[in-house]
Amino acid sequence: MTQASGSGMFIRVEVDEPVASDAAAAKQLAGVCPVDIFEASESGVTIVDKNLDECILCGLCLAVGPAGAVRVAKLYDAGALLVAAV
Amino acid sequence: MRFYEFEAKALLGQAGVPVAKGGTATTSDEAARIAASVGGEVVLKSQVLSGGRMKAGGVKFAATPDEARAAAEHILKLEIGGQMPRCVLIDSKQPVKKEYYAGVIYDAVAKLPVAIFSDMGGIDIEEVAEKNPEHVARVHFSTFQPLQEFKFKELVASLGISGNELNQISRIIARLAKAFLTYGLTLAEINPLAQLEDGSFIALDSHCDMEEEAREQQSAVLDELGIGREETRLARPPTEFEIRGAEVDASDHRGVAGRVVEFDGNLGCVIGAGGGSLTIFDALRKHGGKPANYCEIGGNPSVKKTCELTKLILSKPGVEKICVIMNVVSNTRVDIVARGVIKGVIESGYDPAEKIAIFRIPGSWEEEGYKILEKFGVDYADRTVPMSEAARRAVEKVKA
Amino acid sequence: MSILVDENTTFIIQGITGREAVSMTRECLDYGAKVVAGVTPGRGGRDVHGVPVYDTVAEITAKQRVDASVLTVPPAAIRDAAFEAIENGVKLLVIVTERIPRLEVAQIVELANRYGARLIGPNCLGVMSPGKTRVGGMGGSAVAARKAYQPGPIGIMSRSGGMTTEIANALTASGLGQSTAVSIGGDAIVGSTYAELMPLFEADPETKAIVIYSEPGGPMEAQLAKYVKEQKSRLPVVAFMAGRFMDEMPGMRFGHAGTIVEGKADTTSEKIARMKDAGISVAEEIAEIPGIVKQRLAEAGSR
Repeated sequence: MTQASGSGMFIRVEVDEPVASDAAAAKQLAGVCPVDIFEASESGVTIVDKNLDECILCGLCLAVGPAGAVRVAKLYDAGALLVAAV
Repeated sequence: MRFYEFEAKALLGQAGVPVAKGGTATTSDEAARIAASVGGEVVLKSQVLSGGRMKAGGVKFAATPDEARAAAEHILKLEIGGQMPRCVLIDSKQPVKKEYYAGVIYDAVAKLPVAIFSDMGGIDIEEVAEKNPEHVARVHFSTFQPLQEFKFKELVASLGISGNELNQISRIIARLAKAFLTYGLTLAEINPLAQLEDGSFIALDSHCDMEEEAREQQSAVLDELGIGREETRLARPPTEFEIRGAEVDASDHRGVAGRVVEFDGNLGCVIGAGGGSLTIFDALRKHGGKPANYCEIGGNPSVKKTCELTKLILSKPGVEKICVIMNVVSNTRVDIVARGVIKGVIESGYDPAEKIAIFRIPGSWEEEGYKILEKFGVDYADRTVPMSEAARRAVEKVKA
Repeated sequence: MSILVDENTTFIIQGITGREAVSMTRECLDYGAKVVAGVTPGRGGRDVHGVPVYDTVAEITAKQRVDASVLTVPPAAIRDAAFEAIENGVKLLVIVTERIPRLEVAQIVELANRYGARLIGPNCLGVMSPGKTRVGGMGGSAVAARKAYQPGPIGIMSRSGGMTTEIANALTASGLGQSTAVSIGGDAIVGSTYAELMPLFEADPETKAIVIYSEPGGPMEAQLAKYVKEQKSRLPVVAFMAGRFMDEMPGMRFGHAGTIVEGKADTTSEKIARMKDAGISVAEEIAEIPGIVKQRLAEAGSR
């Protein structure tokens, strides 16, 4: 179940439960994203819509929480999901 | 950034260079008051940044405060080289016996400051150097203080000057050199450096330039002179479009979308970076294009910054299409620029496929960038298409 | 062979924890360059992509050989960082930082001269010796850099970092590789001018021709023309001159800090005339460069 999501013109970000409402995970997401797409609060993470298109596809957020819980989709590429760098 | 004469006078005066008694005025009454307090004959000089003010009638002499009022009245209304004077400088007129030249600049070959001295002052030093090279002497000096003042003695003595003159002149040049280093100047010039009838020396006119890069460090001095950060002091004042361009650049610290310069044409330019922009601009003009603006994007600007720059350019009346061209990029990302430009076009209410004449930025993250451009139907070129060919195609499209 | 750097060159990055420096470190490592350490005062003990970070240069030079340093620290801290590298015996400094006041550049050069150190930049992207190493961010990621730069006989010197890669890309596409490409920097005073690097290229048997990218402003092109004429250089030189439109707009600032037309001698037309007079070929477009280079190489070969 997707709990937090947002779409820009080029990028869509989705965060599933239980990561979305976990305050610690939210803090982690806010910490790793170099372009401030995630905002952390006590109740979890919210997506900062105005920063979505700044995403540099670094994949650092994908490593937060269980695999697949955080997804970055490229709207200009038929919604292709960003794969974490190895 | 060029200083007005009155500012240069203040800077050099602070450094201990002898300058004439006087002041500045923005009204003719004020000028008369200053003339009265200076006493005796005065010279009134228009304060403009362009040269040729003597020829244009921007320098006048006055024997009384009333004459000074009339002269100031005339000068303050007189446009010189497209500029209205900032104010009028009223200086006590001095009885001159002989005129010299003293200047300090950087020598980019020696990579050191060089002091230049001539016993033929009052005329253009480049002209003297060409016609009377034996009357021009130069000496390089260290950028580390304290200064080696003997070098300036050697400089002055090399033109056969001795006695009291030697000591007086070399002391003034040492102070000029000190001001040059202390205030981060790129030009400090006294012309003429005059010897008066009584044997003393005084700077009758001076020029100073400071580079953009030094302004931050020198902010205290600039504040003291009342020079605001918004004053570019380029060959012409910035246009509204250029001020808005600078605002876009300052709005976000990520990357550069800078040096926006307005032109009259119909082809908007989202181009970069330093050298690339110069190359592209030449190419557009060579192919008969009429650029609407110049700019330099680089350093991987944010999507927002490129978007805002694109919107600004598209808001300019008469812009029919935009071209997006850069050299093969290293740190700026093709996909990030593509997103910014497309977003800017769409937010301006246009279709990217129609409005973007060509997008030619190969290099870093190009695969991802080309996907974006394809999705929005934008005509793009890869690294096999030279920059000038991309420029030609853009010009063709605007003409069609 | 190459000039300035080769596959054995060890170097440090001063300001290694900065945003752009972190990517540059990755790019250099991926290209096979020997980045042995980094410096950020106060951040000692960390690492950046496996490269150890120290508080001072002295801590590194006490332990190992450091041939060069790439400096990417903010303008306010650059002079001291450069002094630190020079005083600790580093002989090649590559200053990437832009917007350094001219006085500070002159001071760095003066100290470097006293210590026999060489400065490349400021406001440059560094030195690339294709297939061997890269000292700096020129060419971007290792993959992108390999697309644009290939080993070969052409030396490049450029006042624009970006245009260095553009020119290398054009040469590579026509089968002409590069011995070394030097982004000499876009400022009014740079540590190494074209003419100062020419003897190094002359001494490199692999280099057969030189391509330069030039701009309005400054005496550097005239200095090169004089050098080529007086030294009877064995190397054919092909130049590209950008910013021709600026001749009509004296006193307006475009491009790099060093690019401002202040007098008659620093306009593009005057520079082109001087270079042509010295036997330097001047290309009208980047795309023409490979053809002219091949022609000059053929002429040189038949002599």
